[in-house]
Amino acid sequence: MRPTPSQTVGPFYGYALPFRGGGDLVPPGHPGAISVHGYVYDGAGAPIPDALLEFWQADESGNLDGRPGSMRRDEVDGSFAGRDGVTFTGFGRVATDLDGHWALRTVRPGGAPYIAVCVFARGLLHHLYTRVYLEDAGDALLASLPGDRRATLVAAPERDGVYRFDIRLQGEGETVFLDLG
Amino acid sequence: MPEPLTQETISREIAELHELAAKAGGGDHPSRDYPPYRSSGLRHPHRPLVAPPEAYTELRGPVFGVADVTPLDADLTRQHAGEPLGERITVTGRVVDRDGRPVRGQLVEVWQANASGRYPHQRDQHPAPLDPNFTGTGRCLTDADGRYAFTTIKPGAYPWKNHVNAWRPAHIHFSVFGTAFAQRLVTQMYFPGDPLFPYDPILQSVTDDKARERLVAAYDHESSRPEWSLGYRWDIVLDGPSATWMEEGR
Ligand SMILES: [Fe+2]
Repeated sequence: MRPTPSQTVGPFYGYALPFRGGGDLVPPGHPGAISVHGYVYDGAGAPIPDALLEFWQADESGNLDGRPGSMRRDEVDGSFAGRDGVTFTGFGRVATDLDGHWALRTVRPGGAPYIAVCVFARGLLHHLYTRVYLEDAGDALLASLPGDRRATLVAAPERDGVYRFDIRLQGEGETVFLDLG
Repeated sequence: MPEPLTQETISREIAELHELAAKAGGGDHPSRDYPPYRSSGLRHPHRPLVAPPEAYTELRGPVFGVADVTPLDADLTRQHAGEPLGERITVTGRVVDRDGRPVRGQLVEVWQANASGRYPHQRDQHPAPLDPNFTGTGRCLTDADGRYAFTTIKPGAYPWKNHVNAWRPAHIHFSVFGTAFAQRLVTQMYFPGDPLFPYDPILQSVTDDKARERLVAAYDHESSRPEWSLGYRWDIVLDGPSATWMEEGR
């Protein structure tokens, strides 16, 4: 069967898709918690204030089964109840701020050593996939890329447990985006 | 002062790209570089995509459950004290993969303008009335057959600033998950027979005629409810990863 075509997420997803705690895969103070944050830039180097990022990863033991509960609802009034603070769902969703910034709090994935990322934005007609690697070592995709390209997939340690990962949609330092078939 | 960008210019660009697609094959998805949609200019990669040697993580995906969605979330007409203005409709369909297998228990999210063509979003300054009884967001989980269903009102067309006199045909935004993260889809559903179709660079970014038709729902008299609502049907086929990827677990 032929697939349904993609269309841009547009500018007005903000009251529909992001949810409170969308970037907090683990609560503050969780043992082994790391923060990954950065900016999304366009081809002119301007930050993109209307991008939406989704993250998907294994838990610390490498389990990729995922768990429900990323966007729990309050059954009484239908409001967002948020995550339960215990379950690791493996899924995150963060809209960029007005200054193009985003932040994720999670744990290091076990197994395959990366966090999968899906990028949506106004102006982007078809989402893009990339990956956040926390180290530049021991991975077949990284090994297959020339150094400057490889560097776009590796988060830079800023201080203990805090990593910087910028996404450049176009031009100099353009992030490596993936063809997943 | 630059010349104002006219519909004539945009329509000419659209026609040229359709002609190219008719020769070369348009593909199922829009090209991320589609100049008639001006905002795509600085927001598409110049480098080709890279096929990774493995995709263990992307071949799996997030899961959602009954705690993530309340039954009322699928009825956009019942989220406030009063009834929203507009033409009450139901939109139903199935989510399947490219082999036609149903995607079960997965999350479908929708958002849309109200009947006047206005979003309750600060950045939407279209001088059409907000509706205090309509927010325009919904979600549900697909059933064992991959089926989803929403009750809502028909959204209005609205202007935007791509060029002078640019109007979006009425549409509902859809966000759909498959069993693999690599099957993720965000798209827009349109209503049959809308006269704005040929003018809209976002819909026309799908340059293959057959593919573009797959974005248009069908009026479904069978699912219209007497003296209550009009029915539309729209099935969704999730792309990729290819069967070989899935089997090889590449
Ligand atoms: Fe829209």
